[in-house]
Amino acid sequence: MSTTHPTTDAPSADDLREMTPEEAMLAGAEADDVHIVHRRDRFPIRGTRAEKRAERAVAASFTVSALAGIGFIVAFIAMPYQWHLPGTPQDFRFYTPALGGLLAIMLMFMGVGLVLWAKWLMPEEEVIQHRHDEPSTEEDRLMTQATLAVGLEDTGLPRRSMILRSLGLAGGALATVPLVALVGAMIKKPGKQLEQTLFAPNPALFPPHGYVPIVYSDWRRVSPDDMLPGGIATVFPGVRETGPDGTNGLTSASSPTLIIRLKPGQTIKARKGQAGFGWPSDAPEFVAFSKICTHAGCPASLYEQQSTRLLCPCHQSQFEVLEDAKPVFGPATRSLPKLPLDVEIGSDGRQYFIAKADFNEPIGPGYWERP
Amino acid sequence: MTDTATRRSSTPQTPQTPQGKLAKWADDRLNLAGPMRKQLNKVFPDHWSFMMGEIALYSFIILLLTGTYLTFFFDPSMAETVYHGRYVPLQGVSMSRAYASTLNITFDVRGGLIVRQIHHWSALLFLAAMLLHMFRVFFTGAFRKPRELNWMIGLGLIGLGIIEGFAGYSLPDDLLSGTGLRIADAIMLSIPVIGTWTSFLIFGGPFPGDVIIGRFYIAHVLLIPAILAALIGAHLALLVRQKHTEFPAPGRNEHTVTGERIFPTYAAKAGGFFFIVFAVTAALGGLAQINPVWLFGPYNPAQVSSGSQPDWYMMFLDGSTRLFPSWEIRLWGYTIPPLFWPTVVLPGILFTLAGAYPFIEARMTNDTKAHNLLQRPRDVPVRTGLGAMAITFYLVLFLSGGNDLIAKAFNISLNAMTWGGRILLITLPPLVYLTTYRVCLGLQRHDREVLEHGVETGIIMTLQTGEFIEVHQPLGPVDEHGHGTLSYAGTPVPKRMSQLGASSPLRHIRGFFYPVAEKPEIQAAIDEIEAAEAEQPDTHQLTD
Repeated sequence: MSTTHPTTDAPSADDLREMTPEEAMLAGAEADDVHIVHRRDRFPIRGTRAEKRAERAVAASFTVSALAGIGFIVAFIAMPYQWHLPGTPQDFRFYTPALGGLLAIMLMFMGVGLVLWAKWLMPEEEVIQHRHDEPSTEEDRLMTQATLAVGLEDTGLPRRSMILRSLGLAGGALATVPLVALVGAMIKKPGKQLEQTLFAPNPALFPPHGYVPIVYSDWRRVSPDDMLPGGIATVFPGVRETGPDGTNGLTSASSPTLIIRLKPGQTIKARKGQAGFGWPSDAPEFVAFSKICTHAGCPASLYEQQSTRLLCPCHQSQFEVLEDAKPVFGPATRSLPKLPLDVEIGSDGRQYFIAKADFNEPIGPGYWERP
Repeated sequence: MTDTATRRSSTPQTPQTPQGKLAKWADDRLNLAGPMRKQLNKVFPDHWSFMMGEIALYSFIILLLTGTYLTFFFDPSMAETVYHGRYVPLQGVSMSRAYASTLNITFDVRGGLIVRQIHHWSALLFLAAMLLHMFRVFFTGAFRKPRELNWMIGLGLIGLGIIEGFAGYSLPDDLLSGTGLRIADAIMLSIPVIGTWTSFLIFGGPFPGDVIIGRFYIAHVLLIPAILAALIGAHLALLVRQKHTEFPAPGRNEHTVTGERIFPTYAAKAGGFFFIVFAVTAALGGLAQINPVWLFGPYNPAQVSSGSQPDWYMMFLDGSTRLFPSWEIRLWGYTIPPLFWPTVVLPGILFTLAGAYPFIEARMTNDTKAHNLLQRPRDVPVRTGLGAMAITFYLVLFLSGGNDLIAKAFNISLNAMTWGGRILLITLPPLVYLTTYRVCLGLQRHDREVLEHGVETGIIMTLQTGEFIEVHQPLGPVDEHGHGTLSYAGTPVPKRMSQLGASSPLRHIRGFFYPVAEKPEIQAAIDEIEAAEAEQPDTHQLTD
């Protein structure tokens, strides 16, 4: 096969029937303005050893692919896949790697076979196609412009301003109605949820004062005796009843709170308006802060006993506990809100923590309406 | 067409073969012969860097396939349930049905884990390939007129791909993804004026509520994929309409495209490449664990693990959030939290700048022409420098997204990492710009030098005068001073003798990694010798 010369006259159907398939193909390419400037069989002489080698390699690829596919089906059915506790046979561990490996082999050899086939055995060619990306002709532009202008004139819109305005109004309504219907159905008025937690006194549940008991994640009540100096515990409001938003004291995202027992000799510098929030109120040994970071809402749960800093692992805001959890490094701007603590004597005679009041500011990340 | 009359006058033959009959049946109804041949004959240029977009397209197809499988088993519900599946460590734990059904896919569905992992790996690959494709388009100037529209569609695909990925990895409702959702809620809350309302609208109340997984699910499996598919369709339609760009080379010009026709060569190569991409994701999905949600546990707002990192494409936002200083604006009783700037404003600026770049560059360079031939990055030092600067900025943010892991691995103070990130974010990009600019100029000068003086041969000659000279091989005709007369044409200039065919006379250069095409006349000669050999096996070896 040699380089072809573009024919100037398109051949007729009778001509095409006289041609070899390759000649007809080339004629088709020319008709599409695609010029095959170089076209050559990879193996001009059929049946050479090199050609057979290439053919065998491609066929071998497809065969390996097929075998891996069969292997995949066998492994999928026959291999153990169910998880077992450590200590028992762990052969299920090979299931996913075996499936992945066999699948990868099946797909890889399918792909490699196709690429080698194209690169080794299909004719090499260099083809030039005209882009035909010139801008539209001036004639086309003028005629289209006129068509649009006359069409617009036919509707009379430029003159009939009453129709134009009312149509604009109707179009606006048509576009707005679905939006209003969808957003309106989804909209929820924020209300006070961001400013309140379940620590707020609740006389209905806890008569007579309504002070909310403080509990661990298993509903056990928190007692000062539970904690060693320098210790820390994650605690929650002991509200078991499910509220209107479907959460209770343990599951509400605003609940998590940290109680820290200071070490002897450590004193806390209270912020304005938070004096006496610790327990005992005159010389606090126990302090409680919201665990929800004031930056992005992750639990700030890493307490460094030595430096008395709380660290949030999400964006590394750090809070100085002895300065009422003031932010000292990282992107947080506000102190962790402090919970006013007190104790009451339980039925077993032990002391248990209660919340004297809710946090005196919103917990968690900042928002527009937050003062 | 002048030949219409001739064609009509000749009576069509009735096809005899089954495929001929089928073709006639179809053509009688759809009039396919002309348009279909045009598509089969469409020419695609070939270059390794053009395969990034292909990888992105193929991983999107893999995502559709594996994602559809996963929907058969996943339950997007936040209703509480107690786990009784096969994974003993979590038995009896109360969790959402979404998390329980993810465990079910992982442990009880045969082969479920590998499909989940292929899906996740493909998502990472989808975004990585899109980003690399964007780099290729940027650095070679492929975004210039007439392709600005496709550049912006591509940017939209990356933005939507990020949202789609985030929605996807939030679905299992595990501790890690729940933490991500918590931060997403805080980001919404941080938007001035409408933030609180937006958060309550999306979560259906205060975080976490009980609708978010269901809403993210329908966005992840229907809304966003539909938009992605439509945008990909538009992206490809524009590619077909405008035809692919190509690098300049002898015989190429702005008005033609050079390469192989779709049928059969290009189709076989592209189809094969799809399987190769799929094979890589299958190997990753089978051999490399990803997102082991059973180790994280169900979401609990009171818990978090240290070293919580999102998927890689979110990490630049995590990094910007870590680096941004604690600046909060409080005005007349209202607050703009510090989270707003690095997570809403910064990506907004980045995407706007990127989207406007083709127009900015055209304006700055007064370039109103259409371009189909690509540029080598060295030939446009300002653009290449700006691109390198942007990538540096992105990389500092990206690495800062994992600065706690780096601090731990290298025993560096976390606070030093944060400060280092802040300083590098401002100082490094300009430095990289200047360096890249200089490197581009240096490469340009070297090209000119070789064109003028020829390739260094490594041969030192002593003249009769005793002077030593190094012999240069000119690339083409020379003038009376021995200087090359070829001018630079935007194509790679051979720099070594081997690239002129000196070391291997059988080959000439076309590929990026190694020479791929042999000279036809030499290959034909070898074939002839081999053929002769095959006919007369007793003659002694002529080759090798």
